[in-house]
Amino acid sequence: MTDLLIKLIPVFPLLAVIANGLIGRYLWSHEWAHRLAWGSVGLSFLCTIGVFADVVRTGTAHEVVAYPWIFGGDLTINMAFLVDPLTCVMLLVVTGVGFLIHVYSVGYMHGEDGFTRFFTYMNLFMVSMLLLVMGNNYAVLFIGWEGVGLCSYLLIGYYYDKVSAAKAATKAFVVNRIGDAGFLLAIFLVFINFKTLDYTKVFAQIGHLSPEMATAISLCLLVGAIGKSAQIPLYTWLPDAMEGPTPVSALIHAATMVTAGVYMIVRNHLIFDLSPVALTVVGVIGGATALFAATIGLVQNDIKRVLAYSTVSQLGYMFLGAGIGAYTAAIFHLMTHAFFKALLFLSAGSVIHALSGEQDIRKMGGLSHKIPWTHKLFFIGTIAIAGIPPFAGFWSKDEIMAHAFTHHHYVLYGMAAIGALLTSFYMFRLTYLTFYGKSRMDHHTEAHVHESPMVMIGPLMVLGVLSLTGGFIGFPPDQGWLHDFLAPAAGASGEHEVSTGLVLTLMMIASGIALFGWALAHYLYSVNPTAPDRWAAKAGVLYSTLMNKYYIDELYDLLFVEPTKKWGLALDWFDRVVLDGIVRAVGHMAEMGAAGSTWVEKHVIYGGINIVGYGNHLMARQWRQLQSGMVHHYAAIIVAGLFLLAVVIQLIVQR
Amino acid sequence: MLEQLDSTFPILTCLLFFPLVGAAVLWLFDDEDLVRTSALTIALVELALAIFVLMRFVPGSPAMQFVEHVPWIPALGISYHLAVDGISVLFVGLTAFLTVLVVIYSWDTIRYQTKLYMMALLALETTTMGVFISLDLILFFVFWELMLIPSYFLIKLWGGGAERHYAALKYVLYTLLGSVFMLVGIALLNINYHNYASLHHMDQLYSFDLLELLAVPVPLHQQMLIFWLMFMGFAFKAPVFPFHTWLPDALLEGPIGMAVVLAGIKLGTFGFMRFSIPLLPEASKSPTVVSMMMALGLAAIVYGAIMALVQPDFRRLLAYSSISHLGFIVIGLFALNYQGLQGSLLTMINLGFTTAGLFFIAGFLQSRQQTTQLTAFGGMAKHTPLLAAFFLLIGLASIGLPGTNGFVGEFLVLLGTFKAHWVFGAFAVTGVIFGAAYFLWYYERSMMGPVGKAVRESIDDLHLREMVIAVSLAIMILWIGLYPAPFLRMMNGSVQALVNRIDHGTVAVLKERGREMSDTRPAGDEPLAARPGSLAADSL
Repeated sequence: MTDLLIKLIPVFPLLAVIANGLIGRYLWSHEWAHRLAWGSVGLSFLCTIGVFADVVRTGTAHEVVAYPWIFGGDLTINMAFLVDPLTCVMLLVVTGVGFLIHVYSVGYMHGEDGFTRFFTYMNLFMVSMLLLVMGNNYAVLFIGWEGVGLCSYLLIGYYYDKVSAAKAATKAFVVNRIGDAGFLLAIFLVFINFKTLDYTKVFAQIGHLSPEMATAISLCLLVGAIGKSAQIPLYTWLPDAMEGPTPVSALIHAATMVTAGVYMIVRNHLIFDLSPVALTVVGVIGGATALFAATIGLVQNDIKRVLAYSTVSQLGYMFLGAGIGAYTAAIFHLMTHAFFKALLFLSAGSVIHALSGEQDIRKMGGLSHKIPWTHKLFFIGTIAIAGIPPFAGFWSKDEIMAHAFTHHHYVLYGMAAIGALLTSFYMFRLTYLTFYGKSRMDHHTEAHVHESPMVMIGPLMVLGVLSLTGGFIGFPPDQGWLHDFLAPAAGASGEHEVSTGLVLTLMMIASGIALFGWALAHYLYSVNPTAPDRWAAKAGVLYSTLMNKYYIDELYDLLFVEPTKKWGLALDWFDRVVLDGIVRAVGHMAEMGAAGSTWVEKHVIYGGINIVGYGNHLMARQWRQLQSGMVHHYAAIIVAGLFLLAVVIQLIVQR
Repeated sequence: MLEQLDSTFPILTCLLFFPLVGAAVLWLFDDEDLVRTSALTIALVELALAIFVLMRFVPGSPAMQFVEHVPWIPALGISYHLAVDGISVLFVGLTAFLTVLVVIYSWDTIRYQTKLYMMALLALETTTMGVFISLDLILFFVFWELMLIPSYFLIKLWGGGAERHYAALKYVLYTLLGSVFMLVGIALLNINYHNYASLHHMDQLYSFDLLELLAVPVPLHQQMLIFWLMFMGFAFKAPVFPFHTWLPDALLEGPIGMAVVLAGIKLGTFGFMRFSIPLLPEASKSPTVVSMMMALGLAAIVYGAIMALVQPDFRRLLAYSSISHLGFIVIGLFALNYQGLQGSLLTMINLGFTTAGLFFIAGFLQSRQQTTQLTAFGGMAKHTPLLAAFFLLIGLASIGLPGTNGFVGEFLVLLGTFKAHWVFGAFAVTGVIFGAAYFLWYYERSMMGPVGKAVRESIDDLHLREMVIAVSLAIMILWIGLYPAPFLRMMNGSVQALVNRIDHGTVAVLKERGREMSDTRPAGDEPLAARPGSLAADSL
């Protein structure tokens, strides 16, 4: 029964993709297209609950083979699924949050061109994401991995007639492919070392892996994770990905796809555990990204871009958690982040919807009374991400930070703490600029401001409740329900005892940091609204550097994109002039050789190579003439060939 | 590989000559519509025959199947020997499949001398089939050369470019030049057979038969010589970098139908797999050959991809992308392990759906805007959503997106290469990134963004015939991508046999034969290892 349910989970959205994608445009209205879309995800969610209940009750993992996929020689890869506690948590997040976002999209995308196309892509994304988290081997994970990348590409480029959207889509795919190349190498290394790609078989023989090889595999996996989860140095595609419709940003670029890297690292934590070097790299990249992206988020003016940088930053926290061995905490933060970041993006979408497409927070302000529900829900999201207890984000982020501190990663703790301060500040800045103060909208926009329909607000409320209470499944810290549940898959993280006093102190510090960030934002954007500009003017270079995102995009262009194009042009010249030139020269030489008078030349080259010269000569003529000439030359070259053959044979026989 | 399954009905002969006979029948018709309909019927019947062969083919068996063997010139050991095995059987299906699509495509795009065009196309089908199913090297060579005649005229007469005469001639001469060397190689194989046969008092003193040639040892230095001679033939045809300069010309100047066949049916690399590697296993695995082939393959992957990145003309881009893909095939072949060979073989088949499919797309673009230059496009997705959708699907398959056929082949090739030489494998993986870059960048500029200035207002989306082509390709792409089992099963037996052949080399044959001979000939035979001139075990 459970096996059937597991197989059904990806099948429902797949059927919806086929139906909506192939014939939906012609056979049924938008009404049925969206019902099919969210209905299928809803059914997947119900199946997930069934499977989840079974896993909780029996405490065992399920492995289901659908069919053999690639095989031959010593290689067998099945299209097969593994559902263990880790997969369960991911499945709940993906189908649950996915379902809410699908419902929300019905309202948000209403009246857009390509409505059916949108839902087809979204469902295809669900299928890929489900394969990603459910695969029982690296190859199926990789189908999902590139599949979500494809859907991300399609949905970023949803408004394909916008140049910026088209460019962002290509950039996302190509940058992700850099990571995918690393992931492929990891898969090959795994196969060479274990002769299988199935997780359970690989992890069963993990003891035979040498530390060097573990480091190699981990680092290759990490390259993949960095690409997908937008970490330094491959994060640049994610802010640009905001070109897609807002529900896409919520689903793909916040709640699910970008967390795939974290999932993958936790899935492979047994390999990472063997390599302290790789773990350190994971932690440092995570910490650096958390801090770095937060600084950029301080000054951005596009509501979605601020959220995008905050996603990069929060993903950094998850990597940091994984890097210090707090795998459960990383997944915990992944889950709470899915709730509050989906909430933030969707309510930002609701703001954008209310303002007829405006995304620049400098043209907002004073919206709190005009769209009260959106305001309240956005505020809940802000508190949750800022890390103010008892909201969800506090528990998970605090757990990562506490783990860093108690395991003596003080530098990483410091980075995380400063990052937390910045996070709190820029999120409250965003809230203040959007909802409070005086309106900076133009009259036309202001006249049309309206609260979003229930189909959008409803999902937001559910996410609001989850953002408020979701943290309690990890309560009390290190001993919550989630920790027990994930222990078999993600390892026990609270192995050494920490005094309650220290835990409480760290919590106080974390809350204090968050509140300080809030206070600062309150001062700057409510009490003394002229201060930000003055501060910005004073900071000068620093401000413009942040504003321009440290010029990283420009740097990459200069270092990689432009040189590659230049190489292309140089090689093009080489191909036409040098390589083809040699070919043409051989032809001309043959032509000149034909003028030579020795007997050998006459007889060998005539039939053999001189034909090139003849050919050039004949080219200008009518085809009819060539037709007869052709047979002639054909015979000549065969004769030449046989002649050459005879010479060679002669030589060989003599020897 | 030596085992043979005979068939009672000469299905392969039918398969081989049916299109040619059909072409002759076409000569009788004058009405253009009748010519088209008949050509399509012939191509479809041929496809049905090919599907019959595929369905009756025993999967997983290394045996030669549907064997037909009739002496042709017995004095020289030349025979009419046809058969298919796991290596060639899928090419038979692919050739028939692509010919049908090309006939459909040419329905209204060939407006000049339709009858001759269809005849040339069907003749090309016969010769191509001949290359795939001949087991006699002379028979193979005959078809290999005969192919050039219809190809030459197809490029020259129905090509769209101004340089088509030059391109046609360049193609023919390049291939001919290579073939001459290959012929010498074939002759040397025969001589080697003769020497061995005379020494061992075998009944038959000459042979050009693949299976018989496989059964005699070839000394390593001879193998090396023959390998490089045959290399000239196969590498020029494939074309392996840096012998590729005829390809962009032929693909750009020739008609789309010819480009589909040239880019979709990988004769050159098939030659390596069918003849070079099994006949010359010790040479094929010698460090010189392996490092040389790997270097050429890797260079092709990166060179082709970077070249493709900067091409403004889609057909030229495709030419370089096929050179890049060919690099993958070459490194997979010379990884010389199971996954490498299997992946290469599957990739050869895949390109018949992806690269060839993209040439059809190029044709669709061409018939709408009379060019495939980038300047003529932009924002096409707005007016031609179906075209854009199939373009994307086939393009993604060509860059190896999981779920499409391209991935299965590329994954196996890279895995095989990585297993054999991890440095080469790691280097080849970069091709994955470049592939995405050149395809998506072109796609972005031609299909996305605002509608280009040069795009006509009245531009049509795909019409019925084009849909038939696009949908057939899409079905194959997804079928092989998601459920490749039937295809893999068909090739597995022969790939395993080839791997064994490479592992054991001609020495194994020697021992096998030695055992046989010591059974049948009780006395007077000198010990094998002591015989001068034969392959010494330590030379490996």
